Amino acid sequence: MLKKTYIIAVLCLCIAMMYACSKNQDNEVPADVNIAFRVPANFPAPAYHFEDNKLTNAGFALGKKLFYDARLSADKSVSCGSCHQQFAAFANLDHKVSHGVENCQGKRNAPPLFNLAWQKAFFWDGGVKNLETSPLNAFTDTCEMRTDIATVIAFLKQTAPYPELFQKAFGTTDINSQLILKSLAQFTGVLVSGNSKYDQVVRKENSAAFTSTELAGYNLFKDKCASCHTEPFFTDFSYRSNGLDVQSADEGRSHITGVATDFGKFRVPTLRNIEYTSPYMHDGRFYSLDEVLEHYNSGVKPASNLDPLLKNGIPLNTLEKEQIKAFLKTLTDHEFIKNTLYSES
Amino acid sequence: MKFSYYLLACLCPIILFSSCKKSNDEISPDTKSSFTIEFENQVSGSPLVLNTATYKNANGDDFKINVFKYYVSNIKLSKADGSSYAIPESYFLIDASKSESTHITLNDVPAGDYTKIEYTIGVDYARNFAGAQTGALDPINGMFWTWNSGYIFVKLEGTSPQSKAANNLLTFHIGGVVDPNNTIRTFATDINAANPLRVRADGKPNMHFIVNAGALFTGKTNINFGTLNFTMGGANSVLVADNYANGMFRLDHIHN
Repeated sequence: MLKKTYIIAVLCLCIAMMYACSKNQDNEVPADVNIAFRVPANFPAPAYHFEDNKLTNAGFALGKKLFYDARLSADKSVSCGSCHQQFAAFANLDHKVSHGVENCQGKRNAPPLFNLAWQKAFFWDGGVKNLETSPLNAFTDTCEMRTDIATVIAFLKQTAPYPELFQKAFGTTDINSQLILKSLAQFTGVLVSGNSKYDQVVRKENSAAFTSTELAGYNLFKDKCASCHTEPFFTDFSYRSNGLDVQSADEGRSHITGVATDFGKFRVPTLRNIEYTSPYMHDGRFYSLDEVLEHYNSGVKPASNLDPLLKNGIPLNTLEKEQIKAFLKTLTDHEFIKNTLYSES
Repeated sequence: MKFSYYLLACLCPIILFSSCKKSNDEISPDTKSSFTIEFENQVSGSPLVLNTATYKNANGDDFKINVFKYYVSNIKLSKADGSSYAIPESYFLIDASKSESTHITLNDVPAGDYTKIEYTIGVDYARNFAGAQTGALDPINGMFWTWNSGYIFVKLEGTSPQSKAANNLLTFHIGGVVDPNNTIRTFATDINAANPLRVRADGKPNMHFIVNAGALFTGKTNINFGTLNFTMGGANSVLVADNYANGMFRLDHIHN
């Protein structure tokens, strides 16, 4: 009898432990962490207002779980995190263009995701105007997750622990598109990368200092690159053609504006974390920074809407290229890339 | 004594008038009530029957309608004295396939006699670029462009033997808020002052609008389905919006 009680007790304990373990996998934020949106001292005021989407640990945790859940896609193979990998600063390592469901090859290179709260337009062509509505594109695109909102909602309503997570985050189990999108924005909006060596140098923190090569690169950068890749985001968020082709295969910005002079233009990408966001350009054609710099040195083509600043390219000798590369690597934010709060658990 | 008779004589009409005013005084602006609007969908005078009925556009092309949905938003009421009341958060999606959507209720409207109504056919500029919305503006309703932010204001899909598109399809998705292809249009109509919209605590009037889907294809520009059978924003959508801006809605009558 005693033995039987003992066995039952052990069994109960095991179940309890299993339950506790499974609990931990619900992407919960550690109890001692308070998720917050922090504006680095060298950044301006953000464009996105968390006042309208109150940031909570539960909302962030839900957004993160949705971000990493491949079951939301048509064939359950693709999540947001499939093409936005943390070790690539939430870009897609080694993929020229994103791979959607059933190995569908997308049209453009998946951009990195960070500092989105300062962005007023999204995607390479700037078609989407709000951080919250950005995921709709990936959900519905036939070459990305190929689903629709109604299907996603139905899945979440009948899949534990989602109703419970929505209850915790928003006080309701009545799941709708607004709550899905707001929780995703709580995750993606909090992804702030502003603690690279460069940031520490400009903020004069931890007695950080550039090496002489990095400093030479920084000075070259300010002279030759910063008119488009403007600090502190290393983009001015404008749309430009950098002369990749005489005739662009992708209409780019004009797909949104319908304006002929926007044909073949794309948003100037950030250079933060560029060490880890290869391949480069809207179509991922360059695998290394050497190829990118050589493009500006010798490869700029006379595209019809070529940016006037690039009509003579950007002449760079071998030493200058090395110096610029050294500087660009100071834009890597290791803390951001390794922060387990943002990782799939 | 004589004086007090005079006084009484003077007071009487004042009392009379003020008592008259009293009985009318349910129009105190503190009183809030509701009214309803019915949108009766038609095609150039005939009832709109989805999928089966055949209609003719002004160009003489035959067509059928499978989908007809449109936004009515930012409803504003005005009184004869020029004062007006904008109904907050008034966004409605009318879908010809959902009869309940063709009757809308406006709550918490200050009591009064309104002699003009105006509203946006579509959705105002700001909401096209706002964060995640719910209710009528929920993207689940299939009226939001995910790749180029903004709402489809008026959606008509159907077929026409004259259409050169695959399967003779007609696809008219009208939207876009950026010049020169801004398709936001405002509709306004005066209400007969003899029978204004009387919003009262105990009265819930109904406005009855006739909505002519055929108005998309005639007005400023007669649409020829052989040459225009597909638009999703852009210059051709502006042609259609300019057509329906005046011809799509007509206030038929009010039940007070």
